[in-house]
Amino acid sequence: MNAAGFPLLSLLTFLPLVGAGIILFVRGEEAVVASNARWTALWTSLITFGLSLILWFQFDKSTADFQFVEQMSWMPEFGLGYHMGVDGISVLFVLLSTALTPLCILSSWEAIQSRVREYMIAFLVLETMMVGMFSSLDVVMFYIFFEGVLIPMFLIIGVWGGARRVYAAYKLFLYTLLGSLLMLLAMLVLWYQAGTTSIPAIFELTIAPSTQMWLFLAFFASFAVKVPMWPVHTWLPDAHVEAPTAGSVILAGVLLKMGAYGFLRFSLPLLPQATEWFAPLIFALSVVAVVYTSLVALAQEDMKKLIAYSSVAHMGIVTIGIFTLNHQGISGAIFQMLSHGVVSGALFLCVGVLYDRVHSREIARYGGVAKIMPSYAMVFMLFTMGSVALPGTAGFPGEFLVIVGAWHANPWVAFGAALGMILGAGYMLYLYRRVVFSKITREDLKALLDLSPREYVTFAPLILLTLWMGIYPSSFLSFFEASVAALVSRHEAAMALPRLAGM
Amino acid sequence: MNWTLVLPELVLALAGLAALVAGVLPKRDTSFAINMGVFGAMLLAAVLVMAQPEGTAFAGQYVSDAFTRFMKLLVLAGAALGLLVAMDWNVKEGLAKFEFPLLLLFSSLGMMVMVSANDLIALYLGLELLSLSLYVIAAFNRDSERSAEAGLKYFILGSLASGLLLYGASLIYGFAGSTNFDRIADAVSATEGVPFGLVVGLVFVLAALAFKVSAVPFHMWTPDVYEGAPTPVTAFFASAPKVAAIALLTRVAAGPFGELVEQWQQVLILASLGSMILGALAAIGQKNIKRLMAYSSIGHIGYALMGLAVGSDLGIRGLLLYMAIYLFTNVGAFAVLVAMRRNGRALEGIDDLAGLGRTDPAMALAMTVFMLSMAGIPPLAGFFGKLYVFLAAVYGGYWTLAVVGVLTSAVSAYYYLRVIKVMYFDAGEALDARPTSLSVVLAGTGLFTVFFFAFPAPFLAAAQAAVAALVG
Repeated sequence: MNAAGFPLLSLLTFLPLVGAGIILFVRGEEAVVASNARWTALWTSLITFGLSLILWFQFDKSTADFQFVEQMSWMPEFGLGYHMGVDGISVLFVLLSTALTPLCILSSWEAIQSRVREYMIAFLVLETMMVGMFSSLDVVMFYIFFEGVLIPMFLIIGVWGGARRVYAAYKLFLYTLLGSLLMLLAMLVLWYQAGTTSIPAIFELTIAPSTQMWLFLAFFASFAVKVPMWPVHTWLPDAHVEAPTAGSVILAGVLLKMGAYGFLRFSLPLLPQATEWFAPLIFALSVVAVVYTSLVALAQEDMKKLIAYSSVAHMGIVTIGIFTLNHQGISGAIFQMLSHGVVSGALFLCVGVLYDRVHSREIARYGGVAKIMPSYAMVFMLFTMGSVALPGTAGFPGEFLVIVGAWHANPWVAFGAALGMILGAGYMLYLYRRVVFSKITREDLKALLDLSPREYVTFAPLILLTLWMGIYPSSFLSFFEASVAALVSRHEAAMALPRLAGM
Repeated sequence: MNWTLVLPELVLALAGLAALVAGVLPKRDTSFAINMGVFGAMLLAAVLVMAQPEGTAFAGQYVSDAFTRFMKLLVLAGAALGLLVAMDWNVKEGLAKFEFPLLLLFSSLGMMVMVSANDLIALYLGLELLSLSLYVIAAFNRDSERSAEAGLKYFILGSLASGLLLYGASLIYGFAGSTNFDRIADAVSATEGVPFGLVVGLVFVLAALAFKVSAVPFHMWTPDVYEGAPTPVTAFFASAPKVAAIALLTRVAAGPFGELVEQWQQVLILASLGSMILGALAAIGQKNIKRLMAYSSIGHIGYALMGLAVGSDLGIRGLLLYMAIYLFTNVGAFAVLVAMRRNGRALEGIDDLAGLGRTDPAMALAMTVFMLSMAGIPPLAGFFGKLYVFLAAVYGGYWTLAVVGVLTSAVSAYYYLRVIKVMYFDAGEALDARPTSLSVVLAGTGLFTVFFFAFPAPFLAAAQAAVAALVG
């Protein structure tokens, strides 16, 4: 069953915890502790990433089955098991999580000076939760990891965040918690109906359409907040603005994907009738999100807030893609999730570079940066283009596929998504012009230093990925080809049954 | 007459008498030795409980089975931890008198009798032995007005509850012709329909027990008594007696009145809903952390009662697990409150915890774990407690309970988070160094709370056996 020959996914999940445990017991002077904590965290996350590459090379792309499966009894009295595995949909998200974590730790190297040890522990715990969530094949485990993410994220924003950090941390926690608890009830219903919590076993269920509606709404309450969809997106700009740079990177890069992943993992395969029934609602909310938040982004004065709103818009395209329920749309949505993870993460890092030097995120504070920091301007431009979905960068294949898929489902939705792309070009280029071009109006900006070697190292893998995903998307698309095909045919089969019965 | 059956209770009773003599006779201060002796007696009783054979004694008044074993171990653990938490505090406050451990010992004895009661008379005996001890230790700091007020308040309202209980018991006796639980069960199943007087009697008994577990609408005394009583006494109030009273409630509901599920269910559903809602909303505005914990404990009792209210085996199993997890998490959280002391003065404000994340990271981490566990955030123990009662509610189709339960969980997360916020996000001065006994309690309960998810099997198996013994 297990291609790696050893429990790879458990190792990936719990190795960061081991690192966190080691850091916990580091003793000594503050500076020494900080330095040791940084290096331990970096090495732990790098080793985790190195191990996760086994997934990249050994994953069998020809099947939609779960791979690298591990199963153990946990609470047999309740039918609860420890069950891990990945399929084409989740495998790349595991890789995305393990790849972004070392970059986050690198980017916090100098930015975080207080309570370094606790910070690094929080990040490693966060990595455990993320990897665990994407590789859980048991609903209760999924829920544990899904919720567990909140604990480190609450502390990261609340302790190392900006001026309104307490408000932002609370908002993040309570918004997500309320949604998730309703999801918990839906999961208990599934548990009740299936008698087990194993996700593959639950997939065998046929659920009555009337129950499906309620379950869909309960899942929707959780995933819509996490994605976030309009109108429950308001926690995101606050959280992004107040979070430290690395927190924003993980938030945009991985945490937002958890909601969309939840739709793909639970709503689509389990609740086909309800999915079909609610698809128009999701389309409407998503199109509103795409157009409205793009317009809001145009008006922002704060760089991070602008990118946060752009995230809401991009995730709107993802939800459109998922609910087109056809091959192009879903593939496009998954690709868009990955590319958004890389590109928006990188954009937050770009903002972080300026913030570390000037300690301001205000757009009007900058101008003419290209003259003093030419390499930085190049890097920033590449990611801006990626966000705009210029062909040849990571953003393009995903959005293009989603629009093709949406055209099949409903041309008006495709129109809305395309409008979002145009507006996206508008606000991103407007941001870029105001920050990077025009004259230098502030004297202190002239003293800025260009990218440091550490920053080059942080950006290099992201640049590479952005170009690779744009120029040769097949190496990523091929991973979820089979799984998406299985998902779509499963949905069509489920929808065909009641129609036949009705005739 | 099988005397060995009641060996744990006998050990406690004899130890209590011995301690009484040892406290009075010598001229010098023997409180530390008596503390240790009482602690040892509790441990010995726990060992004996584990080896206790099953059966009934005293003409069917006393029962011993897997259920009583589970509950007694919890009660003894709660009492022993309560004693550990109190020792250093009492010395610092000048309250290190030998009566304190003695009263804890007698209340434990009362709780053991309650758990094992199989008769209305035994029930009342146990409950009163517990209550009388509790009235006294609530007012243990007798020079403090607040403590005296707490004791008096608790006494007056407690007597009222005892009156209700006796009245209800007399009605039940009138209809069933016996005070023995087994005879009552026979009488209930032999009667056609449901006699109205019996139901009235049952409701009176439930009301009295609801008072003891401080479920809405019999919760009024809780915040005042919790605030006024010395902190370690509050810690004890919130843990072991709750477990014992819940055990009694479960025994009464599932045992003699098992056939009247539909009657008592309505009462318990209302009590559960009310407790969850009040616990979540009323705690939000509190500034005193003991009051906050009082409302939090009301809320927790609401979740626990949900398990009983659904009236299924699964629900009772959820209830037992919930109480076990609640007990340890709660003692841990209170250990932090007991350690709140600056320049020798005990503190009670939530704001006094400010900056703990910097000044005492280990304790702040432990408190964070307890708060998040109480909020039900996975993977901590509290999540599993909630999971099992919600599961039972979903299985039984009690949607109102389940939905209100999750909504109030989200609301109550707000005030638990506030404690964490104060510790980590605000700045403040250092507290006094915490004594070793508290560190031990913190480490033990903290590790339990964090690692419950890894080793749930023994607890699940014990709870399973307890339910099987109770329901038969």
